[in-house]
Amino acid sequence: MMLIALIGLPFLGSVIAALLPSGARTGAAILAGLVALVCLALAVFSYSGIAGGEVVRHDIAWLPDLGLNLVLRLNGLSWLFAIMITGIGFLVVLYARYYMSPKDPVPRFFSFLLAFMGAMLGIVLSGNLIQLVMFWELTGIFSFLLIGYWHHNAGARDGARMALIVTGTGGLALLVAMLLIGHIVGSYDLDVVLASGDTIRDHPFYLPTLLLVLLAAFTKSAQFPFQFWLPRAMAAPTPVSAYLHSATMVKAGVFLLVLLWPVMAGTQAWQLIVTYTGLATLLIGAYSAIFQQDLKGVLAYSTISHLGLITALIGMSSPLALVAAIFHIANHATFKASLFMAAGIIDHETGTRDIRRLSGLFRFMPFTATLAMVAAAAMAGVPLLNGFLSKEMFFAETAIKNTNPFVDVSLPFAAVLGSLFAVTYSLRFIHGVFFGPPPTELDRVPHEPPALMRRPIEILVLICLLVGIIPGVAIGPYLGAAVLSVLGPEAPYYSLAIWHGFTTPLLMSLVALVGGVLLYFLLQKYLARGIDGAPLIDDLIGPRTFERLLILLSVRWAKTLERVFGTRRLQPQLAILVGIAVVAGAAPFLGASGRVSLSLEGADLALALVWVIGTTCAIGAAIQAKYHRLAALMLMSGAGLATCITFVWFSAPDLALTQLLVEVVTTVLILLGLRWLPKRRQDANIDVAKSRGARFRRARDVALAIMSGTGLAFMAYAVMTRDAPRSIASFFVENAYALGGGHNVVNVILVDFRGFDTLGEITVLGIVALTTFALLRRFRPAADSIERPEQQVIQSGFEGQRSADAEGTILSDFLFVPSVIMRWLFPVIIVLAIYLFLRGHDQPGGGFIAGITMSIAFVLQYLAGGTRWVEDRLRILPTYWIGAGLLLALLTGLGSWLFGYPFLTTSFRYLDLPLFGKIPMATALLFDLGVFILVVGATVLILVAIAHQSIRGAKPARLRPARVDTPPATNAEAE
Amino acid sequence: MEAILAISIGVLAGSGVWLLLRPRSFQVIIGLSLISYAVNLFIFSMGGLKTDAAPIVDGIADASAYADPVPQALVLTAIVIGFAMTALFLVVLLAARGLTGTDHVDGQER
Repeated sequence: MMLIALIGLPFLGSVIAALLPSGARTGAAILAGLVALVCLALAVFSYSGIAGGEVVRHDIAWLPDLGLNLVLRLNGLSWLFAIMITGIGFLVVLYARYYMSPKDPVPRFFSFLLAFMGAMLGIVLSGNLIQLVMFWELTGIFSFLLIGYWHHNAGARDGARMALIVTGTGGLALLVAMLLIGHIVGSYDLDVVLASGDTIRDHPFYLPTLLLVLLAAFTKSAQFPFQFWLPRAMAAPTPVSAYLHSATMVKAGVFLLVLLWPVMAGTQAWQLIVTYTGLATLLIGAYSAIFQQDLKGVLAYSTISHLGLITALIGMSSPLALVAAIFHIANHATFKASLFMAAGIIDHETGTRDIRRLSGLFRFMPFTATLAMVAAAAMAGVPLLNGFLSKEMFFAETAIKNTNPFVDVSLPFAAVLGSLFAVTYSLRFIHGVFFGPPPTELDRVPHEPPALMRRPIEILVLICLLVGIIPGVAIGPYLGAAVLSVLGPEAPYYSLAIWHGFTTPLLMSLVALVGGVLLYFLLQKYLARGIDGAPLIDDLIGPRTFERLLILLSVRWAKTLERVFGTRRLQPQLAILVGIAVVAGAAPFLGASGRVSLSLEGADLALALVWVIGTTCAIGAAIQAKYHRLAALMLMSGAGLATCITFVWFSAPDLALTQLLVEVVTTVLILLGLRWLPKRRQDANIDVAKSRGARFRRARDVALAIMSGTGLAFMAYAVMTRDAPRSIASFFVENAYALGGGHNVVNVILVDFRGFDTLGEITVLGIVALTTFALLRRFRPAADSIERPEQQVIQSGFEGQRSADAEGTILSDFLFVPSVIMRWLFPVIIVLAIYLFLRGHDQPGGGFIAGITMSIAFVLQYLAGGTRWVEDRLRILPTYWIGAGLLLALLTGLGSWLFGYPFLTTSFRYLDLPLFGKIPMATALLFDLGVFILVVGATVLILVAIAHQSIRGAKPARLRPARVDTPPATNAEAE
Repeated sequence: MEAILAISIGVLAGSGVWLLLRPRSFQVIIGLSLISYAVNLFIFSMGGLKTDAAPIVDGIADASAYADPVPQALVLTAIVIGFAMTALFLVVLLAARGLTGTDHVDGQER
């Protein structure tokens, strides 16, 4: 329960903070501070459960069959991290309250910060590998949002994007690595994985898994050669840097390495890659840090170098080195967070972070200066501070005799050199900013910040001192618990004493301290020239390579690929698609034995005749569709009718009904559309048809058509002449009445068994209708279609000759009898629709069929009276119908929840009504009513929207009377 | 019996594919309709062909006595969705024709 609260609270707080008004700076800060404080308290109180190396687990089953459960797991290591995340998180919130300007949308900042804290806690508390990856990616996303918080600043945007791409790539690698581990071990459960170290190390997939894990950890923890994103991320607000680059984000990478240390470390590959990547990062980071002119730049490169130190320790694979690594993780978090905050205060008070412009600040802000000096001393590894202790342990590990002469020399040498650089840049940070003559280039007089803004630094520096002076009390037990949780019974003996006597590590420390001071004075002249960036290596490493790579990948290669594979032309694409489909369809039959003998046994002459007509219609439609659209449309309907008859023939009355009605509506629809297509005469294009390219294309298309037709016929025949398995069908047939309360199995399947599919389907139908409506609102007919059609012009010309007021009389006279009949049919069809609807559950019919029937009733009115006539008399609001239908179907489904059943469960009984007799009343009928209403709305909306265009286009806009209630469009849009 | 239906499916599909590959959007819309007839019949025929055995149960619920209701339910859905697709495509066609002035599928004559 505690663990759920620990992870859940930050996310909850994040959502609440996001809802606060953008001016609520203090409110959001109090909220965030409270959340962090409560989480810290939760973490502190859960210590007793893990102090002896135990694991606290909380399992929430999610997909147990796939081994995917939400597992929260707390042990010594994750406890230490949880304390850092929540503790430093709280201090950062306090600091940010004063750092952030009231002009910024501060609640958004705290919302992101809390969400990031939750994601970080998720990583360290995950007991399931996949879950860990998910939180890992969440930290990536929220760090992106945090780094890019000042999104009006191009540097912040670029930095955020770079961090996201680099760490996101690592996250993908991590996902693959975790899947591999799951494959090797057979479980994603962390406790199971941690118990199968030998299985993992001996598996042939060990090396690829290791490389992927390292890619993830190195990108996240900014190890060489992925270190370049970290300095760029300094564009973030300073509290973000203080949080992300001390206790969290970058520590996730080393956390992962420590976490998997028991199962992956110890091999030669691990030792070589991890140790030397760490050493390279240590040296490059420390060297570059010396030459930064930006305060935060110094700290960023210093962070890189300290992460390199930790990585190198993890790589050495000895238990003592791991102790040192965990120890240094905690130490680095404390002094680096305080230094970032100090840098932020300097920036806040002076308006600049440029070391060249800063000097002598000690006299203006002695408290801040003192605090920064202590923290910087810890960073440099000065005795009596926490940094000294872990650095001593690092030296001790590197100084151990190694059988490999290269390792034996390179390790201690690199370690001393790295620490020497660290002393130099720490000294520069302090000496350059706080000492020397007072600054001359500042536009204001700096002074101490508000006391509460300094408080977080004071607390952190106090921890540095406590750990440095009385390590056994201040950190001993907690470090012990963390070490015990990783190493178990193998945990080594170690001493946290400050004084070990005159040992090799102490000598190395002295060399580093003295050498660092010397180097600083030697470099004075060079540094005074104020060149930004490290000499010699700055061009080799760094973001420029990344930018080039990004452009290569996302622009050049993408363009090449588009040029090679892309076409803007539809026909070649479709030809390729059909070709692939033919090949894919034919492939399984190649080399297959067995005979298919064509037999006309049992063939019915009548059906054969139907299909002689049907196929002739289809071919005719194919030939006529270019020049004789109306003919093609009629021929197409002929093929549709043949299909319809086939459905009746082979016992599918529902299908036949649906097909017939849809056929009617489709034909009307396309007829309405024909008016807007260009006129095309056969004689005009005859030259084009004769060209060689056109002839080739036609031959190719005929071949493709014949092949796909033959293939499909062959497959259909092969399947039909075999016995069809009836596995699911029998369930539906047997249970249609027993469970669904209907005799018509097809309808019961649609509204009951597979009701959810139908819900999706009617949603699609509604969306399509609304889309057509939206598209036609902006409809502009082509220039050559604006004139009235030729036939209408001739007709009205003739009317004009007869008499002056005979406009439209030919049509109305001609259609007089049919239109009267059609108007009278309106109620009849509605009754028919209701009848089809009510009997749907037991007999052919149902919501779809009834809905389309109903919409045909409306269409007939349009045909009988013309668009204008109908729109003057009938006010249909199809969009409301769509909404009501969807809502009714959804509510019916939800209704079953009230009675404790799953979504869309139906119940039924017969209702004895006077006059009507027994009527089956299933709740499925209500659902079907929703379907009915929606289908009516959607169909009518589509038809009306297209039909309405004819009035808009046929008459110039200025002559049209203003109409407010026209459903498909407003007046001004016709031009 | 099966042969007739199979050949018909083939002819419908072939005519549809030919039209699908034509340059005029009206041809494509007719082609898509023909293909959907073919595909609907194809899916429908997967349950086997039975005459006088509409899946309307009365009393005895013996699956072998009726035509397979599952492909029928699938096809019924397919017909409705096919209608929606035709309608949408028609409107897109009209809009594109209005915007580009041509009824070529690529929006410009070639």
